[in-house]
Amino acid sequence: MLTVDSLQVTYGGAVEAVRGVSMEVPDGAVVAVLGSNGAGKSTLLRTISGTLRLHRGRVDAGSVRLGDLDLTRRDAGQIVRAGVVQVPEGRRIFGRLTVEENLRAGGMGNRDRAAKAEAVARVHDLFPVLRERAGQRAGLLSGGEQQMLAIGRALMASPRLLLLDEPSLGLAPRVIGQIGEVVAEINRQGTAVLLVEQNATMALGVADRAYVLDVGKVSLSGNARELAQTDEVQRLYLGHTGDAPEQRTDRAPLRSLSRWSA
Amino acid sequence: MTQFLSLLLNGISLGAIYALIALGFVIIFKASEVVSFTHGSLLLLGAYTIARLSDTLGFFPAVLVGVLVTAVAAFLVERFIINRLRGAPVISLAIVTIGVDIILLTELIRQIGPDILNVPHPWGGDSVRIGGVGISENRLIAMGVAGVLIIAFFVAFKYSSWGVAMRASAEDGEAAALMGIRQGRVSALAWVVAGVLAAVAALFLVGAPTPGVSAAAYTVALRAFPAAILGGLDSTGGALVGGLLIGITEALAAGYQEQLSFLGRGFGEVAPYVVMIIVLLVRPSGLFGTKELTRV
Repeated sequence: MLTVDSLQVTYGGAVEAVRGVSMEVPDGAVVAVLGSNGAGKSTLLRTISGTLRLHRGRVDAGSVRLGDLDLTRRDAGQIVRAGVVQVPEGRRIFGRLTVEENLRAGGMGNRDRAAKAEAVARVHDLFPVLRERAGQRAGLLSGGEQQMLAIGRALMASPRLLLLDEPSLGLAPRVIGQIGEVVAEINRQGTAVLLVEQNATMALGVADRAYVLDVGKVSLSGNARELAQTDEVQRLYLGHTGDAPEQRTDRAPLRSLSRWSA
Repeated sequence: MTQFLSLLLNGISLGAIYALIALGFVIIFKASEVVSFTHGSLLLLGAYTIARLSDTLGFFPAVLVGVLVTAVAAFLVERFIINRLRGAPVISLAIVTIGVDIILLTELIRQIGPDILNVPHPWGGDSVRIGGVGISENRLIAMGVAGVLIIAFFVAFKYSSWGVAMRASAEDGEAAALMGIRQGRVSALAWVVAGVLAAVAALFLVGAPTPGVSAAAYTVALRAFPAAILGGLDSTGGALVGGLLIGITEALAAGYQEQLSFLGRGFGEVAPYVVMIIVLLVRPSGLFGTKELTRV
């Protein structure tokens, strides 16, 4: 579905952030991208979602394709309409708008009324709390709820591919586990996910495949479960030796989410 | 007391006109992150067009064309200048709008010449008395029309897709872009709306008690700037309150000129700026403005 081929990106014509990255997100898959700060993870997502220009970044070589569509030549709006939607790092919900208005803003790229109604139902189903708090200013939600809103807002555009940039950032471990479950559920409903994370435990728990980025290059890639067993990932991202990831999120249906409205 | 009420009523009606202009100013700032100094000449363009076409087309068609011309002019400024300079420093953009303003203003003054163009308002220069309080019909109608437009604006701003898109992209442009909200379109529409509001304001500003369209109408329009600033540059509610405050201040200062003569004649014309300075000294981001107004 999404193919990144030998991508090179620089900022301000000087700083090389991504240096020859190739990767693939197959239809209906969850792909994780791991890496420390400055590895080029966010740059990769900005390139895919067409917001690189807002950061004065430029694609020097390579391509990002969604099927036959060359995304590097499209603007952010066209990319959303093509079915690729990003949940930005740090949530970036519209704090002064109500929860409902945030969701409405998320659906602006979705012209199809029926699809929009379906998306609202899906989002409310995934996150009942967003229905309960529809009229509340989004800035008043807790961190976990804001992340849910950010994901729900992106789902309003009925994406085929959802890009998640560090959804676990700044959240409590229990909430991170719930985010993992949500990602698995969204994927089960047929949306492919590209998950960029520093929290390797959660990411490798839900992903089918994973890539490890290191200073703008892919240093490791492969099956997520196998990757979690390698020494390098164990040492660098899971912070211990030998054990398998503890916080594995299974793909159970979302019943456990009801706890989360607290 | 009657004099005070009369001045207050006139001030409110003048303030409603200022609020129309200030609202446009504020939404342009929110949508394009530009402080648009082109507003004065856009307003004059509206007034000029209406005055010029009234004789041939008749009053109401002329108003329609005038509003349209102003909206199109605002649209063109946004499309061909502001939109292409996206990312330029805020100060440069502001200076660019001053440049556009001067060019447009110079041409308009050349067209108008030394004359005062008359706008044949069907309601003419008559005054009405409401319980002993006098006001020109023009100002009374202005108050009604402005009130309706302001309510319509706030309803649209709160409930329409454009309003939601506009508030979303004003709050976080990148996040809005990630939602597929086209900022260019939001911004262009903001300019068009601002143009329409300015033209309607112009229609009433050049009516009684003002004699007609002359270059002086421009300086009247400029008083909407302190209205927008003291309300808080990014607050639509602030524009409304600021407009009314400036209008009332101006009317009162002009009306009690005798008592205020120690401040010099014509204090009414500078009073809006004095009020603005005092408000900003107390509240640097305006009455309702966001504190962290450091937009990049």
